[in-house]
Amino acid sequence: MKNTSSYILSIVRLSAIFIILCGVVYPLASTAIAQVLMPSQANGSLLKNSAGQVIGSELIGQNFTNPALFHGRVSSIDYKAEASGSNNYGPSNTDMLKRTSDFIAQWKLDNPQVPVNQLPIDLVTNSGSGLDPDISPASAIVQVPRISSLTGLSSDKLEQLIQSHTEGRELGLFGEERVNVLKLNKALFELSAK
Amino acid sequence: MGIVQIAAVIVILLLLVKPVGTYLYHVFSNEPSRTDRIFGGFERGIFKLSGLKNREGMTWKGYAISFLGTNIVLVAFSYLFLRLQGALPMNPNGTGGMEQSLTFNTVISFMTNTNLQHYSGETGLSYFSQMAVITMMMFTSAASGFSVAVAFVRGITGRDTVGNFFEDFVKSITRIFLPLALLVTLVLVALQVPQTLQPSLHVTTLEGGSQQIAIGPVASLESIKHLGTNGGGFFGANSAHPFENPSPLTNVIEILSMWTLPASLPYMYGLFAKNKRQGWMIFSAMMTLFVLLLGLNYYAETAGNPAINAMGIDASQGSMEGKEVRFGIAQSSLFTAVTTAATTGSVNNMHDTLTPLGSITPLSLMMLNNVFGGKGVGLVNMLMYAILGVFLCGLMVGRTPEFLGRKIEAREMKLIAIAILIHPLIILAPTAAAFLTELGKGSISNPGFHGMTQVLYEFTSSAANNGSGFEGLADNTTFWNVLTGIVMLLGRYVSIIAMLAVAGSMIRKKPVPETIGTFRTDNGLFTGILIGTVLIIGALTFLPVVVLGPVAEYLTLR
Repeated sequence: MKNTSSYILSIVRLSAIFIILCGVVYPLASTAIAQVLMPSQANGSLLKNSAGQVIGSELIGQNFTNPALFHGRVSSIDYKAEASGSNNYGPSNTDMLKRTSDFIAQWKLDNPQVPVNQLPIDLVTNSGSGLDPDISPASAIVQVPRISSLTGLSSDKLEQLIQSHTEGRELGLFGEERVNVLKLNKALFELSAK
Repeated sequence: MGIVQIAAVIVILLLLVKPVGTYLYHVFSNEPSRTDRIFGGFERGIFKLSGLKNREGMTWKGYAISFLGTNIVLVAFSYLFLRLQGALPMNPNGTGGMEQSLTFNTVISFMTNTNLQHYSGETGLSYFSQMAVITMMMFTSAASGFSVAVAFVRGITGRDTVGNFFEDFVKSITRIFLPLALLVTLVLVALQVPQTLQPSLHVTTLEGGSQQIAIGPVASLESIKHLGTNGGGFFGANSAHPFENPSPLTNVIEILSMWTLPASLPYMYGLFAKNKRQGWMIFSAMMTLFVLLLGLNYYAETAGNPAINAMGIDASQGSMEGKEVRFGIAQSSLFTAVTTAATTGSVNNMHDTLTPLGSITPLSLMMLNNVFGGKGVGLVNMLMYAILGVFLCGLMVGRTPEFLGRKIEAREMKLIAIAILIHPLIILAPTAAAFLTELGKGSISNPGFHGMTQVLYEFTSSAANNGSGFEGLADNTTFWNVLTGIVMLLGRYVSIIAMLAVAGSMIRKKPVPETIGTFRTDNGLFTGILIGTVLIIGALTFLPVVVLGPVAEYLTLR
């Protein structure tokens, strides 16, 4: 009997050691090292405007409704980053198909200069996180005629802006080419201000 | 380009298998090695503090009891922490205590290495719970699974004993998971994954709106989440969330983090069996099945959803609903296949939104539950199929079957039959039960055949201790919390205990000398038999239900 209780006590002690080691020491030590060596990354890669105010994180997409700005992907949570996720619509879900066809119809009205067969699918679909900061370069290009006519900036200038904000595949191999919408719009703001 | 990036990741994995497998062998063979000098003192301290002085080899029963006992104590601590989190420290966002049935589900989910999440991390957990419950269990459940796998390997390769659970458990954490997790954490932070104790951020957006951004100690959870093939995300969107997985490079690191240890175990097994070829044969059986199923998903997602493609837009990127632009199809498809093969269950794209044929890939990998597999369980399951394959061949030629020079007899086959049959039983029976009750049916969010797949996926994921989900399912109800909780428990512990019993029975057998008539288990023929056995049993069991779900949806969408 004494053996059993000392055996159980050992297990409890061992568990307590690992709760402290893996559950407290490890994350706190990681935090300390990260905060000292890489404070900018560790605190969410914040983006500031010219006045030095934080306008968001470069990793987290924002909701853009102004037609004179580049728009990001569909987000069922409107880029509210206190949560994350999507509607999880299956491919045969009628709500998803209706949302998509409604979006395309509205897009045709807002962008009459661009034929719909050039509209890339990433702009029409809901991202997995609802917070996708990126669109494909093609999705930025198709928005140029609209933004150009609303802002008066030339198409060439806007396309140059997109090109300079296009991030390639990593190590030339992994992932896809993409444009960060928040950074692109920030540059667009600065361009319009000039 | 998509196929090239997938191939590149597989090549990196192949290069890692040998060195990592060798390291694992050194850790668990208990022969003196150089790593003793680095970790030995630290481990002796842990053993001294916990009062575990003698660590001689155990019987299989002793091993199983120590494994269960440790898991029970950890579950008890965690249950208390979650219920009381509102009153505990490190809770800057003021999260309240967790509800009873959800707590039951959550602690089982993390202890069984499933990481099915019926809560949402942003709103349901304090930082203390994220650390002391979630992160802690990610280490301890992975270490538990690893230990059992090593004990099984010791048993069937004829070591003196199956080993000492506490020694294996402690060494898994001190020599494998902790150092690797710390390294991967720092690499992830360098690549922009946050690691902070600050509360959520409030910012004024570029357009002048306001945005609240959830943040926290993400990187330290992210690394062990993958290394331990756990899969529970810090955020609701899991590895699709840009803070958990900000770039294609972090995506590759996360894929390799979850894949390398399970993929190296067959090599370690080859070293234990003193037959490296045998290890590679098991590995190639796994890799063949993996590539076949990955190919199906990649093809289906690239082809896209016919209903959307018919709307006249440029759909050349493939099916992008539920996926992130930075990953595209290739990095999403590979992640989906690896996370369900290695039973991690993290997702970088929403599996509920997969095309019908694409969703067969994660479902099948979890139904087979032996293609790499998480924290050692996959290797154990594959070896179980290997023994079954040998048994079937033995019956065909009328010889007593042998595996690694030991006779396979009635007792082992009974235990293996239990372990093989429990898996479909706890998937199919509760799926049927869910469709018979309003409590089950009411949670389905997608109409038609897809709803069938949602329910099937939830139980398959629970039984395989995977933890990914078709997340549209409204599963935070008492019905789902309790039922999936029970499925997770059975899925983990029944097969583990049966396999420890097999190990205990094999270890007592006298080796029979190899003769010219011995059926060899280290050549291509055997690999073929192994793949055949896995596919025949898997298809016989699950094909009907797969036809009712994804295949039917595919036919209606075409």
